[in-house]
Amino acid sequence: MPDIRLSEGAEARLAEIRAAAEAAIDKPAALGPDIDITRFRTVSEADKIASLDSLQRQVKETVLLSGFTSDESERSASYFQMDRTPIYERVQKAFDDAIEIMSTEEALKLYGEEMVEKWWWKAVAPDKDKYTAIVALHQTEGYFIRVKAGRKVEKPIQACLFVSESDVSQNVHNIIILEDGAEANVITGCNIHTDVKEGLHAGISEFYVGKGAKLTFTMVHNWAEDFSVRPRTGIVVEEDGVYINNYVLLKPVKSIQAFPVAKLVGDRSTAVFNSIVYGLKDSVIDLGSETQLIGEGSRSEAVARTVSMDRSTVYSRGRLIGRTNSCKAHLDCRGIVQSAESTQWAIPDLASEGAPGAELSHEAAISPIAAEEIYYLMTRGLPKDEAISMITRGFVNIDIPGLPDVLRKQIDKAIEETSKEAM
Amino acid sequence: MTSEPTSPLLQVENLHVSVGEREILRGVDLTIEEGETHVLLGPNGGGKSTLLNTIVGLPGYRITEGRILFRGTDLDGLEVDERARLGIGIAFQRPPAVRGVKLRQMIGVAAGGVADDAQIDALDTELSLGHMLDRDVNMGFSGGEAKRSEMAQMLAQMPELALFDEPESGVDLDNIAVVGGAINALLKGEGRVYERKRSGLIITHTGHILEFVNADVGHVLYNGRLACKGNPLDLIDEISSHGYDKCVECALCQTFA
Repeated sequence: MPDIRLSEGAEARLAEIRAAAEAAIDKPAALGPDIDITRFRTVSEADKIASLDSLQRQVKETVLLSGFTSDESERSASYFQMDRTPIYERVQKAFDDAIEIMSTEEALKLYGEEMVEKWWWKAVAPDKDKYTAIVALHQTEGYFIRVKAGRKVEKPIQACLFVSESDVSQNVHNIIILEDGAEANVITGCNIHTDVKEGLHAGISEFYVGKGAKLTFTMVHNWAEDFSVRPRTGIVVEEDGVYINNYVLLKPVKSIQAFPVAKLVGDRSTAVFNSIVYGLKDSVIDLGSETQLIGEGSRSEAVARTVSMDRSTVYSRGRLIGRTNSCKAHLDCRGIVQSAESTQWAIPDLASEGAPGAELSHEAAISPIAAEEIYYLMTRGLPKDEAISMITRGFVNIDIPGLPDVLRKQIDKAIEETSKEAM
Repeated sequence: MTSEPTSPLLQVENLHVSVGEREILRGVDLTIEEGETHVLLGPNGGGKSTLLNTIVGLPGYRITEGRILFRGTDLDGLEVDERARLGIGIAFQRPPAVRGVKLRQMIGVAAGGVADDAQIDALDTELSLGHMLDRDVNMGFSGGEAKRSEMAQMLAQMPELALFDEPESGVDLDNIAVVGGAINALLKGEGRVYERKRSGLIITHTGHILEFVNADVGHVLYNGRLACKGNPLDLIDEISSHGYDKCVECALCQTFA
């Protein structure tokens, strides 16, 4: 924790957070394989860079796969963290007065009192499990992004969290704040150097979407076969606010378990979760989302497409909790299992808590590509393997309304690359 | 119609086909020359779709006897896509919906790769594809939309032998005219006789499509055999007044079968 001067109340709150985390440091998560977090040391410092161009070529190419580009003309702001050091953070001139981007520790120094009161461990509990605890106790930065009230930023804001060493844990704490009426697209890529073998990424993300604000958050993950990932995300959406979460995982991972929770506290607030997941090699993937529909007229939709291959195990979860009569939400998860050694679970979960008028529904399906669809394409002259590949690409390539072109292209490209590799 | 000693475009010889344990086709003989349009009539369950699906090579249709030659080449052992690339195309009666694959992409595939904008525009004008182009193919398409989508794919593919499985079923009169126009465009080019190179085999129940398409020969497929051959319109008249049973017993049929 940086050396900052805070009020007694804030100091007491930080002490509470620490105490809660200390008590939870051995607490296994409710879902996902347990990890011995004591095996990893904390990531090291890295050198700052003057421009994204000076990133190593290999690093640039890796992060490009998750939508992070060193060509900043396509972006409104960038944050690049290497291991534990924010090596680059910049807002493009045109957006200078609209966006703030910095590390969370810097933000604590600047806005300590306000941070602790409004956003610091407010959407995620520090004692949820050992992964929240390790971040609360041994935080290694993370990004802070704030978009000012009423500012609509069309060009995406990009953030990259990069790990370049083996046997370490990167424990980041990210905060995104969209003030009332603000709009932004945030693309985040989490990547590791191709030489990295084992490691852990524990990431806390707390997002606050103000009244009438709209946050589109797109995350493309590129991990490695021996890397474990435990993100913990909480989102709070106020009146007429919209939160759209797009998640793409196209690379093998040792295990990932995440279950972001969106609280739609404001009337007419909306949350949408779209996810595209490829289970490859021995990956253990346990992903889903929970939406709590609290505000009058709140809405939510979660769409998941999962393709599992090799020896992967994939859990696709979705939970909707209706707490108001006028809410409406739908889950749609479909999976294709492409290997006899792979396992998939689709686990939709609906609850109406004291809300007899809540309309909650789901469709979950796990089934192969129908042979008649493959033959249909073949009657037009397409060889069988190409037909299967086209249908699989179509299956995962879900329509994401309102997705900016630049993100669409990024996802298409990532899917294209992966399906080429998978062939 | 050529009398040269070259192989006919399609030659079906003594074809026996079983689906599961059941024999559906019991010795079908059919020859279609370059430029000819044939019509296949017959009661439901008589094997009309089985014949088309066997020609394109769909799985589940087992040839137990006989053979199918395309330009003299035995199709046995050729995959569905290989037959398509040889020049055999099919418009399905009820094509399957494919989630995530757009009609625009299907047209591209049928065109042998990518269809350019001009080609798509021309098909759009001809068949009023509109918003269907960027929808998942056949997903929630109405009867007429599904037929127009099939015709668009056929026109992009331009097969030498075009098979149509009940192009008018479940379609209103306006759409029959559009579908008929597309079949004509495909089979007859600009309507000039010397351009008549493509051949067609059309399954029809009602014969409505023949108001828009000129067919050369009609056949009645009855009990797994081609029982009858003749002028398509005469055959339809005969069937509509006397039914299939009487039709295949009539002197005309007995003579030509």
